[in-house]
Amino acid sequence: MAVCVAVIAKENYPLYIRSVPTENELKFHYMVHTSLDVVDEKISAMGKALVDQRELYLGLLYPTEDYKVYGYVTNSRVKFVMVVDSSNTALRDNEIRSMFRKLHSSYTDVMCNPFYNPGDCIQSRAFDSMVTSMMIQVC
Amino acid sequence: MEKGSLISHASSLFWEGHGVPWAPHLLQRPGEKTPQPSPPPENRHSPGRCGCSPSQARRRAKDAPPAQGGRGTAPAPAFSGPAARAEQITELCGAKRVGYFGPTQFYVALKLIAAAQSGLPVRIESIQCELPLPRFMMSKTDGEIRFGNPAELHGTKMQIPYLITEKNTFKRMDDEDKQETQSPTMSPLASPPSSPPHYQRVPLSHGYSKLRSSTEQMHPAPYDARQPLVQPEGASTGGPGAKPPRHQTSLIRSFSVEREPQDNNSNYPDEPWRITEEQREYYVNQFRSLQPDPSSFISGSVAKNFFTKSKLSIPELSYIWELSDADCDGALTLPEFCAAFHLIVARKNGYPLPEGLPPTLQPEYLQAAFPKPKWECALFDSYSESMPANQQPRDLNRMEKLSIKDMADFPVPIQDVTGDDKQALKNTVDEVLPKDMSEDPATPKDSNSLKARPRSRSYSSTSIEEAMKRGEDPPTPPPRPQKTHSRASSLDLNKVFQPSVPATKSGLLPPPPALPPRPCPSQPEQASEAELHPQLNRAPSQAAESSPTKKDLPYSQPPSKPIRRKFRPENQATENQEPSTTVGGPASVAAAKPHPTVQKQSSKQKKAIQTAIRKNKEANAVLARLNSELQQQLKEVHQERIALENQLEQLRPVTVL
Repeated sequence: MAVCVAVIAKENYPLYIRSVPTENELKFHYMVHTSLDVVDEKISAMGKALVDQRELYLGLLYPTEDYKVYGYVTNSRVKFVMVVDSSNTALRDNEIRSMFRKLHSSYTDVMCNPFYNPGDCIQSRAFDSMVTSMMIQVC
Repeated sequence: MEKGSLISHASSLFWEGHGVPWAPHLLQRPGEKTPQPSPPPENRHSPGRCGCSPSQARRRAKDAPPAQGGRGTAPAPAFSGPAARAEQITELCGAKRVGYFGPTQFYVALKLIAAAQSGLPVRIESIQCELPLPRFMMSKTDGEIRFGNPAELHGTKMQIPYLITEKNTFKRMDDEDKQETQSPTMSPLASPPSSPPHYQRVPLSHGYSKLRSSTEQMHPAPYDARQPLVQPEGASTGGPGAKPPRHQTSLIRSFSVEREPQDNNSNYPDEPWRITEEQREYYVNQFRSLQPDPSSFISGSVAKNFFTKSKLSIPELSYIWELSDADCDGALTLPEFCAAFHLIVARKNGYPLPEGLPPTLQPEYLQAAFPKPKWECALFDSYSESMPANQQPRDLNRMEKLSIKDMADFPVPIQDVTGDDKQALKNTVDEVLPKDMSEDPATPKDSNSLKARPRSRSYSSTSIEEAMKRGEDPPTPPPRPQKTHSRASSLDLNKVFQPSVPATKSGLLPPPPALPPRPCPSQPEQASEAELHPQLNRAPSQAAESSPTKKDLPYSQPPSKPIRRKFRPENQATENQEPSTTVGGPASVAAAKPHPTVQKQSSKQKKAIQTAIRKNKEANAVLARLNSELQQQLKEVHQERIALENQLEQLRPVTVL
């Protein structure tokens, strides 16, 4: 369902980015990069409030004619960005949320690995397989 | 000495030793028939003249049980018997053509030997098929002969330097062989420069089971032989990665032999992922060394430090962790740890990591298959106590050594290991598994000490007896907290008289060093207090009488000391009538003064018991007083907190959720 999935670190560099390899991947990378601005905007829009008052799921960041970009931020300011195809109208918000939840839990599993240094690129096979499962479900 | 010169010397000596003049033309014309004069049977009798590999090869061929037939095509059947075959092999492998036994030729030669032993004709084609490893029935006398060469030397002086250099070169070649010929079953049929990649590819095609079966053959026979020759028995270092061949050799040997008794001829699809009992024991011991409590976890950082010593790459370790930490909690339980360890061992042996956790490594399976060992062994109790001076790191190479040591049947040191490993191996090989277990409690609970251990350390430093001695130590610690506790209470008294200090409960908790038992002179004073105790009539102190032990003596003495000091100036006014929470003890002390001599008449035992009783009562009094003081402080702190919270509420900006 997702066309591109990216995990961005707190300092706004990508920890993991993967797209459906059929298209020009650079385009997706650009989209994710530009969406970071929107994510930051949404985060700061919460004000100086405490972190736990902020919603993790940011919702639709911005739509383009072909794609929609969704965002999700964790408590540690790690951002998940997902690009989905606009033609996939059957995709509902709930499903996006669940996908982000799966991403988040896989991400925490990666974090639990003591051999993973926070800030490194994510090279976990389990994470890869989970992302693949999300991307393969192309209707 | 280079190989080139080696050949000539070797060949010359060989032929000379056998009474045949050296025929240089033989080296130039490989396809030619072997020389007409048949090598005299002395070939067999004087093998020791040359310590060089060509003769070695020939000797080996002779030593190998003769197989029927198998005459090469090219050389004429001028000779029969093993000697002839040796010649054929030499010729076929190209040594004659090249002039020396390089690694390539060596491999080919060994392969041909294997072929000959299995009854196949000695041809190049016979190398193509998979063959069992050649068997060498060499005895130690070979080595003796080799090294005894100079002694046997009758020849001219120029033979001597040849021999010496030959020995050196042979050893060097052995080392090279060790490094290169990990599996002689491969024969590089291509030209030598391209041979290394070729024979590295081949073992993969052979499959591990093949090697294992061959190792089974190899193990019983050649352990008396010189190790370098037996070297190729099982190492599959042609496998992925360029791991140090020695480690792998030892590992593979241990690994295969470990499996040997378990499932000799049954090749389970997940055989490499099955944990044998010995392995399981070892893993459990390692777990215990990291975490004494078998039912709890090893934290991630601890495990990371430990597994990093296995010298696998971080991504691989990360993947192994991913596989083994089934619940992804960042900590390893015992079955998870065993699985992870097993995967590491397998990886070091060259097995590719599986895509998913094999069923035999699942935590549930492991827990079911291997019930927890007897944790209640005395060694377990020694964990808290046994902090030997050798807080050395446990290199995971020890794992290799241990897995070899597990065999314990093979006392021969494994020479293909590096010096350090070798040393440790030699030490560990002689030890038994229980010593391994004794080893583990030796390390402290703090796993950080695992790092600093030099590799030369071996289990020989510890023994079961030492471990058992350590096991006797535990009984002593428990009493200590009581002493410290008492000491703490005495300190608290000092703090109490400085009300400004918010002596919190920390006064009771930190265990200051206990005072040594007070000397006897203080007893009379304290003994006199016993009289006053009935007057005190304090209920809690009565309970203390139930346990007047010697320990209580020092236990209760410290508190009385400061009591006495502090309250001496005030003892006049204060008498027993003071509230029980306060100066009960000091009051008794104060009143003790007027009656210094009363107790002297009672027996010493009575005195001691009464003293102890008194001490306990005093301590109780002190503690009760402290308790009240602390309660008071707690209330004050509560109030402060409430006040602060109120302030915070007021100061906090009003936010709309």
